[in-house]
Amino acid sequence: MAKPNSTNLGGMIWAYAVLAVFAFISVYPITRIITVSLRPGDRLLSTSLDFIPDGATLDNYRVLLFETPFLRWLFNSLLVSVVVTITGVALASTAGYALSRYKFRGRNSMLGGLLITQMFPATMLLLPLYVVLINLRLLDSYLGLVVIYSATALPFCVWQMKGYYDTIPPALEEAARIDGCTPWQAFYRVIFPLAAPALVITALFSFMTAWNEYVVANVVLQDTAMFTLPLGLKMFQNDMSTQWGLYAAGALLVSIPVVGLFLILSRYLISGLTLGAVKG
Amino acid sequence: MARVRLDTVRKVYPNGFEAVHGASFEVQDGEFVVFVGPSGCGKSTLLRMIAGLEEITSGTLHIGDRVVNDLAPKDRDVAMVFQNYALYPHLTVYDNMAFGLKIRKFPKAEIDERVREAARILGVEQVLDRKPKLLSGGQRQRVAVGRAIVRKPEVFLFDEPLSNLDAKLRVQMRTEISRLHSQLGATMIYVTHDQVEAMTMGDRIVVLKDGEVQQIDTPLHLYDHPANQFVAGFIGSPAMNFLSGRIDGSGDALSFVADETALSVPLGASDASLLRAHAGQAITLGIRPEDLYVAGPTAPNGSATSRWTLDVVEPMGNEIVLYVSSGPHTAVARVAPQPIPEPGTDTDIDLALDTSKLHFFDQETEAALTETPTADLA
Repeated sequence: MAKPNSTNLGGMIWAYAVLAVFAFISVYPITRIITVSLRPGDRLLSTSLDFIPDGATLDNYRVLLFETPFLRWLFNSLLVSVVVTITGVALASTAGYALSRYKFRGRNSMLGGLLITQMFPATMLLLPLYVVLINLRLLDSYLGLVVIYSATALPFCVWQMKGYYDTIPPALEEAARIDGCTPWQAFYRVIFPLAAPALVITALFSFMTAWNEYVVANVVLQDTAMFTLPLGLKMFQNDMSTQWGLYAAGALLVSIPVVGLFLILSRYLISGLTLGAVKG
Repeated sequence: MARVRLDTVRKVYPNGFEAVHGASFEVQDGEFVVFVGPSGCGKSTLLRMIAGLEEITSGTLHIGDRVVNDLAPKDRDVAMVFQNYALYPHLTVYDNMAFGLKIRKFPKAEIDERVREAARILGVEQVLDRKPKLLSGGQRQRVAVGRAIVRKPEVFLFDEPLSNLDAKLRVQMRTEISRLHSQLGATMIYVTHDQVEAMTMGDRIVVLKDGEVQQIDTPLHLYDHPANQFVAGFIGSPAMNFLSGRIDGSGDALSFVADETALSVPLGASDASLLRAHAGQAITLGIRPEDLYVAGPTAPNGSATSRWTLDVVEPMGNEIVLYVSSGPHTAVARVAPQPIPEPGTDTDIDLALDTSKLHFFDQETEAALTETPTADLA
């Protein structure tokens, strides 16, 4: 892409026009959800284009928070997601390091194997996973979900971390080892802090894998009290009618932690993504 | 400070490549030794083995009185300055220099004192709280050196530390490292592919080629008495001229006759006595560019004149570099500024070879045939 040129006014207008269109496409659905969540009753469709609907009310939020197990599901989702994130960061950062820096028997097959696991869609794995969970007596448990989510997120995260470590010159660890570090100290005092952008992506990816997941959770969890948010929200949609107001309010609240996380971590994320782009 | 002693140290990689073939030598306490050679000669591998970053396949390595073959880098009490500086990007200059001391749990006050002292010596006091990415190349290099000197190690290792700097800065840092060596009196081992750095900095030079030590000597002795044709050609710029030919004649009247030309150089008495045994054999004559003169009154006594075609003239101001040829042979001469004819295919020039400065090499082994200084024989 050409460098933006401030003297080229026409180009600027064109660029902003395109950006405005895409911004609108991105933001419009969210405004509709906000409108629906504020609308009294359960009217999904309306001819009104008002952002704030007639008779706007926060009643849906009140019902959601105090008359449904929403907070319980929020807790469940946070618990599972945070544990998956910690597991993902801990395992991917160390496994990626080993794969990047050490030559050992089976290294290439391991890297290839990790890639192959990514070729199978999650739905294909549902049945075998279900059987495994029954045998391990992990059905209807947080641990069952954590194991599956971690296993799903790890291959990508390990590759991602390995790719990032590959860009850090080995001379840094060598300098650290001559300065007096053990190999482990060289890793966590020098390399780990430098890998922050990749760690952020790993953390976000692990968190989102767990936070948004529906299909596996639907199979593993049966007890309503154990539900994660995607499962819980789906409960508002019944065969006969759907509580659109609650659904919309829930959808908005569910997205808040992820948006928050993105905002906090975006500073690291941008350099991480740029790097990913360069690495291909 | 300490001596470093290598005893038939070898490095063989798992794929069978032998990077270092049994190197044996000793670096004296407080000595500045330079490893020099073309890329791939094993000089960096040798240094990294001393640092503990590469395993030693066989042989023994002593630092001080200890055999350190199996010691981790941190236990060898060495400090290393890397080619790409290897500064920790997430730490400030101060923390970069303090890192090794912190790891070794030095008291805070002593760390502070040592870091500030090193910063003062190297002139980086103003940038102590900056991150490395905000520093210029020269400053980064100084910080990398500072990180080494705060540790006060037994041995300093430098791995081509100046090759990323521009020419002017390189000359400046070269003298700074030399000054540092005389200030600290520390044992230093310095790797470079630049023979000028080797000549100007080293107390002694280790010349390596294809993993084998070619010669270990002081810079000037190396220059005047290279052990073989490789050393002769590698040390010195422009490189030594080589002419293939043979020794002709009998008795004391021996001369070197170059292949396929009329070029003939009568040998002095001392060269003749040494080379008599090689009469009739194919040998290579070597002569440094500064030992060639334009024939005339400025040429030294006892020089042999020969006619060459003048191909290119490079006036440098303080000297003129002449590129000449004769049949299959080419040569470079560095002569004093003087009027020189325009070069061309039919421009001939008479050059005088200083016959007291000739080198002879066996064409098969490439070993020098006149190792002993001629002056000693007289």
